[in-house]
Amino acid sequence: MGKVKKTIKSIKIVADKCNGCRACELVCSAFHAKPRYSSSNPARSRIRIVREPLRDIYLPVYAGEYTASECTGRDRYIIDGKEYSECDFCRASCPSRNLFKEPDSGLPLKCDMCEDEPAREKPLCVEWCINDALLYEEREEEVDEAVVAPGDIEIGVESLIDKFGLQQVLDTIARASKR
Amino acid sequence: MRYAEIGFDLEIDLSRGSIDRVETDPTLTKLHLGGLGANAKILWDRVPPDTEAFSEDNLLIFSTGLLCGTAAPGANRTIVTTYSPQTRLMAYSMMGGFWAPELKYAGYDKVIIRGKSPDLVYLWINNDKVEIRDASHLRGKGAIETAECIRAELKEPNAQVSAIGLAGENRVFFASIEQGRSSASRLGVGAVMGDKGLKAIAVRGTKDVNVARPAEFMDLCTGVMAYIKDREAKPVPGVMPIVAGLGSPQEMKLVDEEWHTANFMWGNSRTRRKELTYTMAAYSDLDFGFRIAQRATEYGVDGFSAPQVMAFALELLEAGILTDADFPGMPADSEGRFFWLLDRIVRREGIGDVLADGVYWAAKRIGNGAEAYDHNTIKKHEQLPLKLGMLNPVYYLMYATGEKINITQIEGQFPQSPFPTREEREEFVKDWIHVPDEKFKQYLLDWEPRGEKSNPYYPTVEASCDIVDWQEKMHYIDDALGMCAGLSSFPLKPPYHIHNYPAFISAATGIDIDESELGQIAKRNRTLLRAINVRRGMRRADEKPPEDHWKRRFPELEAKLLDAYYEMKGWNNDGIPTKATLHELGLDYVSEDLEQRGVIGNGQG
Ligand code: SF4
Ligand code: SF4
Ligand code: SF4
Repeated sequence: MGKVKKTIKSIKIVADKCNGCRACELVCSAFHAKPRYSSSNPARSRIRIVREPLRDIYLPVYAGEYTASECTGRDRYIIDGKEYSECDFCRASCPSRNLFKEPDSGLPLKCDMCEDEPAREKPLCVEWCINDALLYEEREEEVDEAVVAPGDIEIGVESLIDKFGLQQVLDTIARASKR
Repeated sequence: MRYAEIGFDLEIDLSRGSIDRVETDPTLTKLHLGGLGANAKILWDRVPPDTEAFSEDNLLIFSTGLLCGTAAPGANRTIVTTYSPQTRLMAYSMMGGFWAPELKYAGYDKVIIRGKSPDLVYLWINNDKVEIRDASHLRGKGAIETAECIRAELKEPNAQVSAIGLAGENRVFFASIEQGRSSASRLGVGAVMGDKGLKAIAVRGTKDVNVARPAEFMDLCTGVMAYIKDREAKPVPGVMPIVAGLGSPQEMKLVDEEWHTANFMWGNSRTRRKELTYTMAAYSDLDFGFRIAQRATEYGVDGFSAPQVMAFALELLEAGILTDADFPGMPADSEGRFFWLLDRIVRREGIGDVLADGVYWAAKRIGNGAEAYDHNTIKKHEQLPLKLGMLNPVYYLMYATGEKINITQIEGQFPQSPFPTREEREEFVKDWIHVPDEKFKQYLLDWEPRGEKSNPYYPTVEASCDIVDWQEKMHYIDDALGMCAGLSSFPLKPPYHIHNYPAFISAATGIDIDESELGQIAKRNRTLLRAINVRRGMRRADEKPPEDHWKRRFPELEAKLLDAYYEMKGWNNDGIPTKATLHELGLDYVSEDLEQRGVIGNGQG
């Protein structure tokens, strides 16, 4: 496979600076509302704050890949005297928790770096974080030529198959297409 | 579809155990916006004026503000309204945090609670599913502890929980409702919650809050975010650091800030000590302060009232009005005494039962000269422990007439004291876009620390009324929108102001509103609140700041100030809204009621 140059967008998360204000959650959900900005609902956000004020824990986590099954072993981390679960750092839309799923359909959510059409140049959550806990970075990397990443629909369908089985999904699609 | 608001309230009757989801009248939004204004309307309409605080008929209303749950930065306030056991007037206490937005996401603008549950219960609102659940296992638990327990038993880490502690359960008159890191503390709202047998309300919501004109609304929000960043980078020069920036002053944000350490009075609001600590009642250190504050938060008591009530008790002991027999087993050291007193108060044990009603009522019950030691209450409620030198006419009016009975929820916007030099004043007014009228700049430019144009005769009576009116108006708007005062009515040069609010409200709700209409709504809400309290007997004689609040008092000037303020508000000389004013605000039903009760006469205004 050939090598190509690719711009990698990334967000540096300075968890030490996060105060748990949740502005990022709010604006992400508004960005992805249809029509854009027409509603807000943090449950739909693709960034979530693990937020435990009494233990001084404020940890921004981005929604990543969908996973069909939860991990068997889940470890716990102690960092600077604060205890976290492995899941706290995990980006997965996973059956073990309600995080990163559309509240109505249960379909998985994933951060798209605000590239949903019309795309933004910079992630909105970064712009709304006045504490500089989220910093946007771009870098060039050489990567293997195009293994096409699955799109939203593909991930959604995959999660439906996991949940209901292939046959039921096919039947439903067949029924829906006749309508 | 309704925008910004949901259009549904949750009506809970704890006596009957009923839960109803009730659609609200959209015309009320145009008249009152929401939050405080909507609560006042409900209280006026539905709770007879002779209702006792601890009555089944008293309502306890948890309201979101109109903008809560939208992307408007800082719109997070929960406005709790009921009749106060302590002042016996309308109580409206507010809290920040995430409870109000969560309620909107669950699909409700308000939770309205009536009746009393025979057993201790809590409410679990999970979108459309609402349950009254047994809370007997939570009896006696701390407010924060309760929230943790409830989240764990519901397996819902994202639920937002408002809860009371032991003080609320035992109907301590200054009991708070605690939530997240915030609390609705003033005027005994926690006591009413306890009287209703309601330990907590847990909420989880995953629905949308819609806005009417999305692109326009988001532009405004983005503008506010940019303004906040810019404003934070440019603190106002010439004032103490704590008031130079935005947000409510957080005591621990600037550890060397003078504001709280140098201004407040210690003990039962008696002496001033310029040391770095906030444990003003016990004359102790910061470590003690944290320890007792933590316990007081779990018990759920108000941070202004509780320390003063305890210090008041110890003053009575020193004066011989109370004796050692009233304090059996109390430790000898200052810190120990405060812990001991706090424990007695929240359990209503012995002397604690008397003190749990607050300084005013306790002094009356103890008698024997105790009333002379009740020197820091207005309308029967403990004030911030502040005593000052020269009368400030603007503050005189705010202390006297504030319906919130808490100065920090009335003041703001206009500097608290004059800048020493003309140059500083000129610099300050340069980007003062927030003023509703250019004349406010002149008021500030002319205001001198000394001489003819200084306190108490400057700002003039008229200017003082204008300034108070502006400050009040902004708070009333914030309290209806659910906006954090720290981004609006409280600090100097805030992101939200009278000129950009109409656009926010219009874009969010689709109800087109201009500045003068918004002013009119604020006035309507303010006047309705006044009418509620007037109907419960409040009069001019009650509008009295503590005798020694300022060393230098000016009775004649003070009377003139109050006269002029009432006149500007369209109230008669006893502080009662006139018929004409009520008519102009579309509150004819209020004047009819007041007329029937003989509160306003036929021939009057
Ligand atoms: S959330 Fe992540 S870490 Fe936790 S079980 Fe799921 S996949 Fe594993
Ligand atoms: S980058 Fe965009 S999509 Fe991703 S979390 Fe931030 S706002 Fe949401
Ligand atoms: S906006 Fe920034 S500070 Fe606020 S919760 Fe998100 S990451 Fe934390």
